[in-house]
Amino acid sequence: MNIILRGLKNMSLNDFFSMGGYAVYVWSAYGISFIVLFLNIILAIRNEYKTLNEIKKRLQNNKK
Amino acid sequence: MYKWIHQFGSPKYFYDISVRLSKWIAIVCAISFIGGLYGGLVLAPADYQQGDSFRIIYLHVPAAWMSLFVYLVIAFSGAVSLIWHIKITDIIARASAPIGASFTFLALVTGAIWGKPMWGTYWVWDARLTSELILLFLYLGYIALQSAFSDKRIAARAGAILVLIGVINIPIIHYSVEWWSTLHQGPTISKLDKPSIHLTMLIPLLLMVLAFKTFYITTLLIRARSEILEYEYNSSWVKKYVIK
Amino acid sequence: MLEYINIFYVIFKRDLTLTFREKTDFINSLAFFIIIVLLFPLTFGSKSELLNTIIPGIIWISALLATCLSLETIFRSDFEDGSIEQLVLNRYPLILLVSAKILAHWITFGIPIIVISLTLGVILSLSNEIMMALFITLILGTPILSLLGSVMAVLTMGLHGSMLLSILILPLSMPVLIFSTIAIQNASLGLPIVAETYFLAGILILAITLAPIAAASALRIRLS
Repeated sequence: MNIILRGLKNMSLNDFFSMGGYAVYVWSAYGISFIVLFLNIILAIRNEYKTLNEIKKRLQNNKK
Repeated sequence: MYKWIHQFGSPKYFYDISVRLSKWIAIVCAISFIGGLYGGLVLAPADYQQGDSFRIIYLHVPAAWMSLFVYLVIAFSGAVSLIWHIKITDIIARASAPIGASFTFLALVTGAIWGKPMWGTYWVWDARLTSELILLFLYLGYIALQSAFSDKRIAARAGAILVLIGVINIPIIHYSVEWWSTLHQGPTISKLDKPSIHLTMLIPLLLMVLAFKTFYITTLLIRARSEILEYEYNSSWVKKYVIK
Repeated sequence: MLEYINIFYVIFKRDLTLTFREKTDFINSLAFFIIIVLLFPLTFGSKSELLNTIIPGIIWISALLATCLSLETIFRSDFEDGSIEQLVLNRYPLILLVSAKILAHWITFGIPIIVISLTLGVILSLSNEIMMALFITLILGTPILSLLGSVMAVLTMGLHGSMLLSILILPLSMPVLIFSTIAIQNASLGLPIVAETYFLAGILILAITLAPIAAASALRIRLS
């Protein structure tokens, strides 16, 4: 717990964003990763909704 | 054992379990992501050689591990579906492929970005990066083969044979590439072979590995669910589920 | 047992006669191979030191690409006219049928490639050590390509285009390419090539044991 709080105290926002001069590399790597992971989960969820809706439609058509 | 396999293999059973589980796995994933990121980006001290650029390790290593792990999962489920003709392993294999391919892609991209400050260029014909690249091609071949068939059962079983050959080939590929790269550029400085990694650096890494693994399971479950619905749209339980 | 040898021989001979009767595919893939190899001296100039270092690698890459092209035809006509189903339906083991076809492919494609490569090597005046290494790697490597490629050919037969087949074969044949080119480079530097030869031989044995089994089960899946 102590370590976690100390981390927050010692860190200035500037240091955090500049990453000791490696900001471009570190943040672009993290950025790309999050875009890819985000797309993965979003596309999967969208796919599930689409399938559900399709099946719903198909069932309703069958009832008519 | 057989009974268990068949019960687990029944799509309805898998669907029910996945609905119940995925929320909790997603929560574990989110927590470990936040913890890993906080620990990796804030708490871990800068490396004395590489400075802050080493923080890419928290993406690169989990992605690289998962890229191989997912391929092994596909191969294992392929073997199971070849032997026992279980529907659910077909679905797991197919649903895993795009996620595994994106992990491989991430491992390559983060490796290249990390290489720029470390080696001076984005791309080095390092043994690990090269075999990772070939792994990406193996994934793309598998996905291409899957989409070439209209019959999903045949696609799954043909894909299983392809992936099993790939699994036999991966160690050979890795070894040949290693053989080749040591010949070409002399021993490269290996970036991970440090004798001891400090605990404040290691714990976030383990958290990120856990986060990537649970992320994989979460996405896999979601993808598998929509595949199951497509497979089973005519069965009574799907109708009940959809109308509800 | 004798019966099995007999059926193996029958299928093998049938494939050979078919290949030689319908020459176009056979000639086209070999012509493709020669053209690619000869494109490089034309683009890089005719300095022999440079050619000595790059031609063996180019021969290997061209052989790989030509294999991808030629493998597309190995099961195509049988699949299209339905004779493959006839062959599958009889009571002989599928492995026999598949290995006969693979052997026929290697005889009608691999051996011409080796002969042409050596001829091209003589014409382009490669040194003796390089010729020797080229011969050894080709004679060990081309059967691997035939074996590995035939599994992929079964998996993709009847699907559109040879592009898919190439995408499947190329990454998997990377080790063969790597070990062969290392061996040739070592030979050109006067170093021994024993290690690479052993690796290639090991991969070949692995491929001989596993590829017919894989191709047979792939065939069963495709025709199910």
